[in-house]
Amino acid sequence: MYQAIVFLPLIGALIAGLAGTSLFRMMGREAEAFGHDTGHDHGHGEHGDAHEHHHQPPWPMYLTSALLIVTAVLSWVAFIGYLHDGGVQKFEILRWVGSGALSANWVLRIDTLTAVMLVVVTTVSALVHVYSIGYMGHDPHQARFFSYLSLFTFAMLMLVTSDNLLQLFFGWEGVGLASYLLIGFWYKRPSANAAAIKAFVVNRVGDFGFALGIFATFLIFGTIDFDPIFAGAAGQVGKTMDFLGYNVDVMTTICLLLFMGAMGKSAQFLLHTWLPDAMEGPTPVSALIHAATMVTAGVFLVARMSPLFETAPYASDFVIIIGAITAFFAATVGLVQNDIKRVIAYSTCSQLGYMFVALGVGAYGVGIFHLFTHAFFKALLFLGSGSVIHAMSDEQDMRKMGGLAPHIRITWVMMLIGTLALTGFPFTAGYFSKDAIIESSFASRAGPGAFAFWLLVIAAAFTAFYSWRLMLMTFHGRPRASAATMEHVHESPQVMLIPLYFLAAGALAAGFVFKDYFIGHDYDAFWRGSVVSTEIIEEMHHIPAWVIWSPTVAMVLGFLVAWLFYIRRPDLPATLAAQNEPLYRFLLNKWYFDELYDFIFVRPAFWLGRLFWKRGDGWAIDGFGPDGVSAWVVDITNRVVRLQTGYVYHYAFAMLIGVAALVTWFMFGGAH
Amino acid sequence: MAIGLAHYLTVAAVLFTIGIFGIFLNRKNVIVILMSIELMLLAVNINFVAFSVQLADLVGQVFALLVLTVAAGEAAIGLAILVVYFRNRGSIAVEDINLMKG
Amino acid sequence: MTLATLFFYLFSAVMLASAVMVISSRNPVHSVLFLILAFFNAAGLFILLGAEFLAMILVVVYVGAVAVLFLFVVMMLDIDFAELRQGMLNYLPVGATIGLILMVELVLVVAGWSISPDLLKTVTSPAPSVTDMTNTEALGRILYTKYIYYFQAAGLILLVSMIGAIVLTLRHKPNVKRQNVSDQVARGPATAIEIRDVKPGQGI
Repeated sequence: MYQAIVFLPLIGALIAGLAGTSLFRMMGREAEAFGHDTGHDHGHGEHGDAHEHHHQPPWPMYLTSALLIVTAVLSWVAFIGYLHDGGVQKFEILRWVGSGALSANWVLRIDTLTAVMLVVVTTVSALVHVYSIGYMGHDPHQARFFSYLSLFTFAMLMLVTSDNLLQLFFGWEGVGLASYLLIGFWYKRPSANAAAIKAFVVNRVGDFGFALGIFATFLIFGTIDFDPIFAGAAGQVGKTMDFLGYNVDVMTTICLLLFMGAMGKSAQFLLHTWLPDAMEGPTPVSALIHAATMVTAGVFLVARMSPLFETAPYASDFVIIIGAITAFFAATVGLVQNDIKRVIAYSTCSQLGYMFVALGVGAYGVGIFHLFTHAFFKALLFLGSGSVIHAMSDEQDMRKMGGLAPHIRITWVMMLIGTLALTGFPFTAGYFSKDAIIESSFASRAGPGAFAFWLLVIAAAFTAFYSWRLMLMTFHGRPRASAATMEHVHESPQVMLIPLYFLAAGALAAGFVFKDYFIGHDYDAFWRGSVVSTEIIEEMHHIPAWVIWSPTVAMVLGFLVAWLFYIRRPDLPATLAAQNEPLYRFLLNKWYFDELYDFIFVRPAFWLGRLFWKRGDGWAIDGFGPDGVSAWVVDITNRVVRLQTGYVYHYAFAMLIGVAALVTWFMFGGAH
Repeated sequence: MAIGLAHYLTVAAVLFTIGIFGIFLNRKNVIVILMSIELMLLAVNINFVAFSVQLADLVGQVFALLVLTVAAGEAAIGLAILVVYFRNRGSIAVEDINLMKG
Repeated sequence: MTLATLFFYLFSAVMLASAVMVISSRNPVHSVLFLILAFFNAAGLFILLGAEFLAMILVVVYVGAVAVLFLFVVMMLDIDFAELRQGMLNYLPVGATIGLILMVELVLVVAGWSISPDLLKTVTSPAPSVTDMTNTEALGRILYTKYIYYFQAAGLILLVSMIGAIVLTLRHKPNVKRQNVSDQVARGPATAIEIRDVKPGQGI
């Protein structure tokens, strides 16, 4: 069963990618025959005019979607099994790497944490696949799109089922690749390419740390398999190692390096800049990769490595601080963004910060619980915004929306549910998971915990504000779009709405149905040691009432301000922005991080690259290397050719001068 | 003063130099250039024969014979080319002939 | 001063003088004629040396064939020689330098030469005494025996140059009637005669 879960998406990706794209259709008849063999209706025999319109048979999207639905169902079966019993299961696929002391086999490791991740990944992926049938139905490259989606799903499943760090790294890079491909899916748009490269490069920074962490792990433990590492972690506490010439604490170093990878993948503060730009990709991609699954890989990594982080308090404090800053920072930037997808992207960034705070204080189950619920409502919000964008004829600027609620009633309801869940409205999913994080941060009582607590509460208010701002600007008030656009506003087809129903159900129900398992009194029985159990889970249930109420109050506050700003007094935001011009600009420009990085890293890199290109390559190598030598030869021979005048007497002169020289040399040159 | 090898060699040297002068002097006139070459070959022949007699070895004369043969062939071919060229261009001005340039 | 010495100086002086005239005379016809004169004098020098066969060859081949060929070409081609003489002295400095260098070197050789004693032992075809046989006979004896391949090679060179000269200069004029032997041989009664039945009183 687990093998099927992992490999069905790969099979779908391969078939869709190889047989569904023009790669295979170049073979013409075989492709047609193949289409028949797989039993899918491939449309109206358009192979003949494939070159003119690139219109593709729709079977790749149905095939991959069907496989993903099967995978999702299997995952739920497995997950429900894990609700009550089941420990660590391992399925060896193949012996992979054996080099000296390093041995890494390809093993599917299934425990509760993995089962949770399987459900999240496959469910969202399957729904996004179905949604994409509607959203990408007119795209000429849909087979490629679905192939990438399935490939991503496979890589993500590889990541969550890994049994050693190398396998995890493989999946890690696999999702990075798929993310790159999907952000740059519309590769004819320069901005999409730039965003794809940015995402890839920023992730490499994190991956560099991650790779170093893996090396350090191997150096210290002599293995990269999870079980021996977890078992040996406690024994390494207090030991030191040499790193960059400093004598550093082993566990702290390893955890910080691994967390660096998590920061990159989960777009945490300092490495967050790629996530908003990643919105250049198609909206389903944003929902799947940049909200629900891939960006949570960092969270998963820390949760998976929880036995290590438990032995490194300083690293955990660092995780708390970074998470809290990210949650606060991204929320502030989200306050003023006008692109509907960017608001949600910063919201994602912020929520990831919440998760890391939970992980940092030791409430691993809480962090994963928020991951679980967040996947539902954030995917819901993204797909809903995709539906809005679809309705608005690809308009993403909220300033040009407004008053859409009567026209797209179902989408409005779905977005409303997502917003309620995100802001933590009582008894929705976010209410349980997010409030639990805030409570746990308060319960940790340590310095970073208190710091995080206040930032998170403020961020919760901001979250409510920007979420409702999004809702109110988009669906309420006066329509600001052109009349022509408003006339075209239409509800999305059923194939796009059905996934929203499922996600809405998850966003509403995932909280109270599963809270007992994830964070409640069934905590230990549910997790069974797949994440470390700490006393904080117990402590977070015994905290003052005002703490419990604080996020709800913050949420109400945020809602009221948003209502005031965008319904009651629509002129107020502009006035406020004008009064606080520097602050507004500071937030609108995302704390000037892009500009800062541009100044610190990008420009020097360009300068260095230009130096290597112009001076190193152009001047030194092309001047003196192979090209230079050949150019010289041509140059010199051109001059020599000019010696060949073609006049007979010049040749005769040359011969005679040669004779004279030869005789002279013969007589006086000592040629005896 | 008896006439020895040195006298013949001197004469041949002078003749050879005259031939070289001729090539430089009449650079435009292929016919005279060819004649100058004949003069130089004659100088060479004189040297061959003089040494042959001096050393009492007939090989020198045999070789002079071969030189004569080559000179005759060269003159024939050269003049033939000249005739063809003249037929095509109406002139034998060597200055215009630079078709050999690549 | 013996007669031979006198003749050596005479021949040498005339030869060098005519050589100078070859390269400096305005009219190429004069050049050719001076060339012939130079060859005659060179032949005289050969005779003085005792190489009478080569002297005769020089007269026959050079004067009789090559020089006449030159004369023939010069007179056949309608060449504006005045034009060719323009800029004659442009390259004189170079030519003078090269010529002088060579000349000085050759004279230096002449002044300081000595025949290595070893060289006398390497004589391959010793010339027989003039009293035994004539120069021509001696040359013939070795030319057709010891140096037969060189002789053949020389013959080949001449053949090739002859063919080359013919190929270069031969051209077919379309309007010239030629004898076509094969056509003549193939001609039979069928193509040659026609029988007409002439009716009386009507003519053809």
